[in-house]
Amino acid sequence: MMPDLGKYAFAVLGSYAAGLALLAILVIWMVLRNTAARKRLEQIEGARDGQN
Amino acid sequence: MSLWEYANPVKFLSFTGKIVPWFAAGAALFIAVGLYWGYFLTPDDYKQGSTVKIIYLHVPAALIAINAWFMMLVASLIWLIRRHHVSALAARAAAPIGIVMTLITLITGALWGQPMWGTWWAWDPRLTSFLILFLFYLGYVALWAAIDNPDTAADLTSVLCMVGSIFAVMSRYAVLFWNQGLHQGASLSLDKEKNVADVFYQPLLMSITGFVLLFVALVLIGTRTEIRIRRASALLARERG
Amino acid sequence: MNALLLRDMRLAMRAGGGFGLSLAFFLIVVVLVPFGVGPEMGLLSKIAPGILWVGALLACLLSLDRIFALDFEDGTLDLLATAPLPLEAVVSVKSFAHWITTGLPLVLAAPFLGVLLGLQSDAFYWIVLSLLLGTPALSVIGTFGAALTVGLKRGGLLLSLLVLPLYVPTLIFGAELARRGIVGMDVGTPMSLLLGITFASIALLPFASAAVLKINLR
Repeated sequence: MMPDLGKYAFAVLGSYAAGLALLAILVIWMVLRNTAARKRLEQIEGARDGQN
Repeated sequence: MSLWEYANPVKFLSFTGKIVPWFAAGAALFIAVGLYWGYFLTPDDYKQGSTVKIIYLHVPAALIAINAWFMMLVASLIWLIRRHHVSALAARAAAPIGIVMTLITLITGALWGQPMWGTWWAWDPRLTSFLILFLFYLGYVALWAAIDNPDTAADLTSVLCMVGSIFAVMSRYAVLFWNQGLHQGASLSLDKEKNVADVFYQPLLMSITGFVLLFVALVLIGTRTEIRIRRASALLARERG
Repeated sequence: MNALLLRDMRLAMRAGGGFGLSLAFFLIVVVLVPFGVGPEMGLLSKIAPGILWVGALLACLLSLDRIFALDFEDGTLDLLATAPLPLEAVVSVKSFAHWITTGLPLVLAAPFLGVLLGLQSDAFYWIVLSLLLGTPALSVIGTFGAALTVGLKRGGLLLSLLVLPLYVPTLIFGAELARRGIVGMDVGTPMSLLLGITFASIALLPFASAAVLKINLR
């Protein structure tokens, strides 16, 4: 049941495309950074504990 | 249990690790419901046609864009007064979120404005204030990135956030004067109370709730990242030194 | 305090002090604008107050890192911070020195450069007045930005990014004061708001700048 956007299709679809894309990029970036930081910390702590 | 207990990074990590998934799930749910409802199940506005559907992204993003800065201000004050590192890192984590929200606001606003006003951009007080807010965010992030010593960076960016907030408020009024003082332009603002009927307001509330939950989830994730990065640096420095 | 003021002024006037550079930059910016927007005097005279204000503002921006850079590099800033004179006073004096050696010359040069943009003689007064009332704010706000970036090696661009948004209210009211005065409109609102910004900045920002300097000198 796609709504008929009429002449505003570009504005509406463009907004949704841009908005959702930016949100996706933000979320993915933050999650990836978090994962990388966690892995790196585990690695460092693991090496440290391995020495002790 | 006092909230200040979570100022301890270890406690913060363990506590937030449990609650982040809830906020993330809630965010996804409310945003999905809000957008689906707003996009598929609402009529067109008699004045704005189908472009009213942009509201479900534009307004929540705008609200978060402004409130993210306010949260950074509070977190900065807590850092300056109580020296809780988690607070400083939370402010740092919030900034990129604010930047993206400001961008979403500006882009969706421009796409909305083109068919409505016949122009991609207008130096309307509200849009202009958002552009200025964008610049403040950029400066804040740039200053964090430029300073090596983490405590110095936290201090400097906190002062910048405070001074910047005062100037941001001043700019808001200056810009109002600047535009209304010169031209009697058409009112380009979307006043939630005036223009938004119930049928649009309810899905909008869903979407706003979703965005707020998303903001909380992302700030928590970002702060956890910053804590881990700092802990990693501290461990490495200890080994070297 | 007088000794500090005279010393800073002398340093700025020295050969490498950058005194003439701000003026030269102001000239260059004003000269570039007609090349960008076309030579039609009707248009240029309309935007002249804005161009002069933006040009002065940018010229001011360029000399900001000098406020603390030299003293930071040779350790004088550390001495000043521990001297009996409160750091807020030191900062205020340095802002004042900056205004005298950069802001004030720009104010005096503005009408002459305005001629290049089709400014008529009766407009000179308003250009000078608005810049005179506003450039002190630019110096004080700029000092805050300079304090934030004092330790950084290549902090020039960051300094601009931080300071230019802070300049917006001053620019809006200053340029509007000039524009309204030139066409004979009532200038009460922009003038009082511009004065408000200038006085509030002079009174309050030195505290923030001093705090920031202390952080950077740790």
